[in-house]
Amino acid sequence: MGFQENLLSIVIFLPLAGVLIGTLIGKNNTSAIKWFTLIVSVAEFAVSLFLVKRFDPSVAGMQMTEKYSWIPVYNISYQLGIDGLSLILILLTTFLTPLVLLGSWNYIKNREKEYYLWFLVLEAGMIGVFASLDLILFYVFWEAMLIPMYIIIGVWGGPRRIYAAVKFFIYTMFGSLLMLVAIIYLYFAYGSQTGIYTFNLLKLYNLSLPMSTQIWLFAAFALSFAIKVPIFPFHTWLPDAHVEAPTGGSVILAGVLLKMGTYGYMRLAMPLFPLAANAFLPYIAVLAIIGIIYGALVAMMQPDIKKLVAYSSVSHLGFVILGLMALNMQSVDGAVLQMVNHGLSTGALFMLVGMIYERRHTRELSEFGGIAKTMPVFATFFMIVTLSSIGLPGLNGFVGEFLILIGSFLAHPIYAILAGTGVILGAVYMLRTYQKVFWGKITNKKNEDLKDLSGREIVVMLPILVMIVWIGVYPKPFLDMIRNASKSYIQYVKPQTASVPASFGPALPQMPERSK
Amino acid sequence: MELNIVRYILVFPLLGFLVNGFAGPRLGNKTVGLIAGGAVLLSLSLSVYVFFRLIALPADARLITDTVYTWIHSGSLTIDFKLMVDPLTSVMLLVVTGVGFLIHVYSIGYMHGDRSYPRFFAYLNLFMFAMLLLVLSSNIILMFVGWEGVGLCSYLLIGFWYEKDSAANAGKKAFITNRVGDYGFLLGVFLLASAFASKGILTLDFTTMAAHISLISPKILTVAGILLFVGATGKSAQLPLYVWLPDAMEGPTPVSALIHAATMVTAGVYMIARMNFLYVLAPTALEVVAVVGGLTALYAATIGLVQNDIKRVLAYSTISQLGYMFVGVGVGAFSAGIFHLMTHAFFKALLFLGAGSVIHALSGEQDMRKMGGLKNKIPVTHAVFLAAALAISGIPGLSGFFSKDSILSAAYASGHTFIWLLGFITALLTAFYIFRLIYMTFYGESRVEKHAAEHVHESPKVMTIPLIVLAVLSVFGGYIGVPQLLGSLIGWHHSDIFVNYLAPVFHTAPALPEMAVPTESLLMIGSIAMAILGVFAAWYVYLKSKMKTAQSAAGALPGVYRLLLNKYYVDEIYNAVIIRPMMLFSEVFLWKFFDVKIVDGAVNGSASLTQRASNRIRKIQTGDFQVYVMLFLIGVITVLAYFVLR
Repeated sequence: MGFQENLLSIVIFLPLAGVLIGTLIGKNNTSAIKWFTLIVSVAEFAVSLFLVKRFDPSVAGMQMTEKYSWIPVYNISYQLGIDGLSLILILLTTFLTPLVLLGSWNYIKNREKEYYLWFLVLEAGMIGVFASLDLILFYVFWEAMLIPMYIIIGVWGGPRRIYAAVKFFIYTMFGSLLMLVAIIYLYFAYGSQTGIYTFNLLKLYNLSLPMSTQIWLFAAFALSFAIKVPIFPFHTWLPDAHVEAPTGGSVILAGVLLKMGTYGYMRLAMPLFPLAANAFLPYIAVLAIIGIIYGALVAMMQPDIKKLVAYSSVSHLGFVILGLMALNMQSVDGAVLQMVNHGLSTGALFMLVGMIYERRHTRELSEFGGIAKTMPVFATFFMIVTLSSIGLPGLNGFVGEFLILIGSFLAHPIYAILAGTGVILGAVYMLRTYQKVFWGKITNKKNEDLKDLSGREIVVMLPILVMIVWIGVYPKPFLDMIRNASKSYIQYVKPQTASVPASFGPALPQMPERSK
Repeated sequence: MELNIVRYILVFPLLGFLVNGFAGPRLGNKTVGLIAGGAVLLSLSLSVYVFFRLIALPADARLITDTVYTWIHSGSLTIDFKLMVDPLTSVMLLVVTGVGFLIHVYSIGYMHGDRSYPRFFAYLNLFMFAMLLLVLSSNIILMFVGWEGVGLCSYLLIGFWYEKDSAANAGKKAFITNRVGDYGFLLGVFLLASAFASKGILTLDFTTMAAHISLISPKILTVAGILLFVGATGKSAQLPLYVWLPDAMEGPTPVSALIHAATMVTAGVYMIARMNFLYVLAPTALEVVAVVGGLTALYAATIGLVQNDIKRVLAYSTISQLGYMFVGVGVGAFSAGIFHLMTHAFFKALLFLGAGSVIHALSGEQDMRKMGGLKNKIPVTHAVFLAAALAISGIPGLSGFFSKDSILSAAYASGHTFIWLLGFITALLTAFYIFRLIYMTFYGESRVEKHAAEHVHESPKVMTIPLIVLAVLSVFGGYIGVPQLLGSLIGWHHSDIFVNYLAPVFHTAPALPEMAVPTESLLMIGSIAMAILGVFAAWYVYLKSKMKTAQSAAGALPGVYRLLLNKYYVDEIYNAVIIRPMMLFSEVFLWKFFDVKIVDGAVNGSASLTQRASNRIRKIQTGDFQVYVMLFLIGVITVLAYFVLR
């Protein structure tokens, strides 16, 4: 045992250790609870940076692996390991959690202790999902993470919170049960083929099942993750969950939880069942494209800002799924980067919506107007996040969207042609929202003396804004980090016999200067 | 040649933006203005320096590059943050920083007293950064960063006075219309990328693309060329995406001058010129460019004839003049198009700034029906305005004459008689509408409202000096591009400097057929006649007959007049045919019906179905022990029966 060898475990269990200690704090001592959980989550972020330090982007495959026998009878082990995909999503989680905690300080006014501690539980669960290499371990974390989110929506949510929480729970539970069945089937299938019974993901990758079996297993996994992403038409739990969830819940839900679905596609569903994946691929791509356009069109007409952002997520995640389906370096790199980008920009949007909700206790667009005058800092932040969300070049969203679109075009031009319209619609609904909230004259008296962002709120937003600019201007470190993960994903999924598309052709050396 | 100083052309405006954006309100307006103007002055000086470094190189080796870093690297796609300066870039650099600097100086006076003075200059500097990035980029994606960046600044500056609903709407409209164009542009880029990728060269670098363009089939080049041009119709306000530009006049006037006349809107022309290596191999695409340009030139000019808002006249004039530029590049006369881009930047910036000076003098009045007789009250403004008007009308000897004439003669020489005719008629309309503006504003009786009349004053020096500089450029700026024929006639021996300077950039463009001297002279005389006729007609209608002729003409053709005044009802048509249906469809069908009733209905329906089914099944669980035992027995018997009877 040691800091270096068990770094991943430390990253997973540090928040849980925080929870254990946190329970000792008196439940009325809210400020101690707030500070304590904040410190734990910041420390957690700091520790997760050591992962970056130890991570070698040039190495393909899993790194920092740990393996301990857990339930030897069934050969279930506590097995961890990360590649660039896991790492970047873990970083997204540890980055957003402290911001969410700090952002909730004035929002949550009852049962604070439970709220903050549940968030640490949630954080541990999410990281566990991204770091597990044993399918049972994965499943445990996957389910474990559902509970805190269910409670966060159900206890601290809005008026229809119970409906939303139950819908969220049953819907995702339905999906994950299917997945569990598939996991168990996989265990026996591998056992009967090789004589070794294992839930070790890396081993299961080598399993070659007949198409007829793959279809069913893939369908189970794919459906489970499709609900999570959500892919159209499995998205209707999302607007309800977002509208009812407290700000912090929405931020984590959009920022990280939805990525579990896309992560599932990339880590499990697609590479485990390549034959079925390739058969289903065009259909999933079409659903993704429908989601892009449909989500944007429906978002355009929403009167409630949170619902609008929720539908915009359907659109944005459509891009991610499309990127994963196009199966080339550009599109997959773009998809992974876009997972992070969506986490940042949509997370930030929910955060900002929460800030205005704390002031006005409404999210109806028609209640606002002209706020740029009273809240200039807020207006500026909102503008930057809006621009990030609509993929303005120079900010993070563009790099992801561009890579996805150019990659899909290289694979199937029609995909990019259709999905590209989402770029127009994105500008329509976001700028329309911006205008309605911030521009024009102040017509509602309640908006006349709104206080601009406090120091605490600025501290919450600034790190996200920095990341938005950083990834937009200099995405290299992030693309380097995920390169090998994208590459091995493509290798697993891509039919080996198919001809390699030209996009993988050798890059030309520097061209001579223009010759006359 | 690699020259790492080029990047600083970008750095200064960016710094200006950051400083003024973050600390502006605390610095005080004077410092803000100094920083913003100073930043652009530094960029201008550097641009001049780079220009001299460039011309020191032999003519066919004039290329300076500056690789800053690798921006995006994914698979075999690499996009560098790399800048390049060739003769074409250098012209754009000088125009953008030169005119940009003058407009910054002017703005210091014009925006004096505005509540959001620092914000204005921060945006203006950000615009300079984006525009310079657009022209300096060595690949089409980096260029797109600048392209969208200028669009953002345009959006922010149109909506600068965001409390006005009209300004807020106009900003949004500009951005979204441009996005529609950009969609086409991006598809064009993707098509090119995939075409190159299929040849094993995934590149978006201008130089590399140019070197390998012959590998790509002409069919793909044609489609790509047209798609890229869709982007240009958005940014450069051509049919059918021009609709945002007239509304963009809601922005402060210096913005109209800088962004919506002199620089940003010419980006589409620049892009076509930059991609000339593609377009020369895609004649059909070029044909489309020329036809759209010619039609837009005429179309916008007709609307300009009847507008009463001084800035709107100029806006339609800009659309029309941009059309000329597209005619130029579209008939393969790339240098002529860029030449007109440059002279237009001078005289149109001057017209807008002059209009700003008029509006300033009249305490914000923009309606020409409430002007008149201002000539002696604001003499400097009048003088420079007149110079610009003569230039745009194509009166011989002024800049606009040379550039417009080279476009028209190129159109004719290349056999585009129809397009030439469009341009030829437009020349008449141009002279007419611009002198209509002059006469309605500066001459005749004063129709100025009383309270405004009391305050009429000439603008301060900080505004008039940039006007004078631009006037000098508008008058003399054309002498670098005097065509050979005319040069020999007037004894000017430095003919075609401009064309020759740009020639290495456009070396793949086929030379235009030589025209016989009599034909060329005749064409020239013809367009001069049109210009003079236009001026005279405007004089007769608006000054001599005191607008009675205009009224009777409008009365005689009420339908035509209303059609023009309402801009052919294009906004209304777009609204009725595209925007409203899309919103209705989204709200009523997609959201309230499909999403709520069908999709979510199915989800909740299956939930309640399960619930109802469970309610039924639950009834079996009566809690009655005897029933359970009986059921158990029935089960056992059934199983036994199965095995026995099998």
